[in-house]
Amino acid sequence: MTSAYAPFIVGVPLASAILLLFFGKRLGKLSGIIGSVAVGVAFVMGAIEFLSIVDADHEATFSSYHLFDWLAVGGFHVGLDLLVDRLSIVLVLVITGVGFLIHVYSIGYMDGDERYGRFFAYLNLFVAAMLLLVLGDNLLVMFIGWEGVGLCSYLLIGFWFEDRANATAAKKAFIVNRVGDFSFLLGIFLLAVSAGTLTFAGVNGSAASGVLGGTTASIAALLLFGGATGKSAQIPLYVWLPDAMVGPTPVSALIHAATMVTAGVYMVARLFPLFEAAGFDVLLLVAWVGAATAVVAAVIAAAEYDIKKVLAYSTISQLGYMFLALGVGAYSLAIFHLVTHAFFKALMFLGSGSVMHALDGETDMRKMSGLRKVMPITGVTFMMGWLAICGIIPFSGFFSKDAILASAWADGQYALWAMGAATAALTAFYMSRLYLRVFEGETVLPAKLEATHVHDAPPSMAAALIPLAILSVVGGALNLPGVLSFENFLGPVLGEPEVAHGITAWALGIAATILAGAGIAVAWSLYLRPGGLQLRDRLERMLGPAVRAARGKLYVDRAYETLILQPGRDLATFSADVLDRKIIDGAVNGTGRLIAGSSEILRRVQTGYVRNYAAVFLAGVVVLFSVLIIRVAA
Amino acid sequence: MTSVPPEYFLALAGLMFTIGVVGALTRRNAIVIFMFIELMLNAVNLVFVTFSRMQGTVDGQVVVFFVLVVAAAEVVVGLAIIVSIFRRRRSANVDDVNLLKW
Repeated sequence: MTSAYAPFIVGVPLASAILLLFFGKRLGKLSGIIGSVAVGVAFVMGAIEFLSIVDADHEATFSSYHLFDWLAVGGFHVGLDLLVDRLSIVLVLVITGVGFLIHVYSIGYMDGDERYGRFFAYLNLFVAAMLLLVLGDNLLVMFIGWEGVGLCSYLLIGFWFEDRANATAAKKAFIVNRVGDFSFLLGIFLLAVSAGTLTFAGVNGSAASGVLGGTTASIAALLLFGGATGKSAQIPLYVWLPDAMVGPTPVSALIHAATMVTAGVYMVARLFPLFEAAGFDVLLLVAWVGAATAVVAAVIAAAEYDIKKVLAYSTISQLGYMFLALGVGAYSLAIFHLVTHAFFKALMFLGSGSVMHALDGETDMRKMSGLRKVMPITGVTFMMGWLAICGIIPFSGFFSKDAILASAWADGQYALWAMGAATAALTAFYMSRLYLRVFEGETVLPAKLEATHVHDAPPSMAAALIPLAILSVVGGALNLPGVLSFENFLGPVLGEPEVAHGITAWALGIAATILAGAGIAVAWSLYLRPGGLQLRDRLERMLGPAVRAARGKLYVDRAYETLILQPGRDLATFSADVLDRKIIDGAVNGTGRLIAGSSEILRRVQTGYVRNYAAVFLAGVVVLFSVLIIRVAA
Repeated sequence: MTSVPPEYFLALAGLMFTIGVVGALTRRNAIVIFMFIELMLNAVNLVFVTFSRMQGTVDGQVVVFFVLVVAAAEVVVGLAIIVSIFRRRRSANVDDVNLLKW
């Protein structure tokens, strides 16, 4: 079946991006509306495709669109093909849906920025690239989107590039991603050589049928997962995401929470037969990396004071959950968590943007308190996001997170389950710490601001916050057992996950809720209850080194600094100072100096006295003739 | 008639050439040096003629004519230079003309 709209889903935002890139300045305020409408149109087309897939009988659960043959080398073909199936259409709806809301939000948030049109051009370009990433039918098309979103991420993190720190953060994101992308590219090369095809169906087919050997499949899966750790900010390449928060907040919401960072999750889910065919248990590694990332990022988030950085570490942590789900074989649950996370994390980022908008860019949670009273829309919507991520029934986060923990248990990975559960408690703690400090309690504003200046979200921002808040509340219903089943919907593509049933499921759900409740209670007693400050001091003294380590971000950045950056700089300095300046320049300058020096001596021979020259002639002739005579005689 | 053996001519030529070399290297007056150079040229000419006679060909004698013509031209140019130097410096001493160096 040929998909009617697939190329336009990518094409409309792309066309809008090009339009705004060239005419953004002239269009002025109109560019925000054009950008939003373009994404809205893509969403409508995605919805039509979605309905046609839902309507179709089981056999025709996908449709594709062949744009043109891209590469044809011998028997190796790569086409610019798009694939619309149940997996990719879900992602398309999330990207265009959440993307549309964030575009609308940006109309208000970016109002008055001198590069207003440029912002929407980049945002549209990002949406187009991301859609190409999820709609691509082969790894190479996916890779175009993969690099495209990386580029847009770089451009948007450094959107306010006048500040050196922003430009540095953008470069860091780009370079760290490059490490992952290189691994991804090597994986693509390996698959192109060993499987002879790059289409997902082809790669998965040859992995499942055993054409691809277990070792080759392992190496390819590891390389691809290396790419995923870069893009999806997992250990060891997560360090770029917290720094990326210097970009405009809608960017953090769209790119660094809802969509781009989930690309790795999508890729692993898309290629799960390859990961399963690997001789070495790559999926177990995926699960462990995910679980470890979840715990580490949650610990750092609990010590962070910058609102956006808490959310960034929280994103890393939640992405860890998704990889944990992938690792235990619950692919559709990973995608389910991806969807709910996109709702509530985008919501909270936009809420924090609303706070920054009101407080003149302030992000330090120590300088604010009780904001819900002065900005009720932001406060209440943020509360929905907070309850969702903490995993409180019946908010969306409960369903997706609980399902992941249950499937880790059902898979027999009790250690991973424990790590996930600990993360759940930590998540509840640090998110409550954030929410309670910022929105509850007595109203305190940063000293320099007048209370009258502080305002709630303007209409376009509220227009994005409210739908996302509703989705955060009811999003869990997508996978309500027996009612609507997200798992069943994705079943034809991703298979049915193994989940706990009966009494175990109930016990696990209750355990997770208790842990979340405990996290919230601890945060409440530390930050909201009278006397919490003394308790905090005592706790800090007791846990001294642990608290310091968490505040120092577990010294990961510093470890990279000493282990990789400093040796790199030393090598560069060595190359410049010793190799280049001493050895190479030394050789060149030495040659020059040798010639100059010897000329200095030899030029004395030129006396200017004619008789000297004549004497030298004579000597030369004598030598010449002696040689001739000796040779003739010999 | 007994002819003079060619060795005599060659010995004479060698002697002339040696006197020319020593003179050209030791004297300071440019005109005298010039004369010694002419002496060397004539020594060479004598060698050419001698070998020409020994071989019974005229090749050597033809070369001698060339040498004479070239030497005449060279004398013209050389003497002109010496005269102009003399006009400037009131001297024909070659050791006074040592600026063309380093």
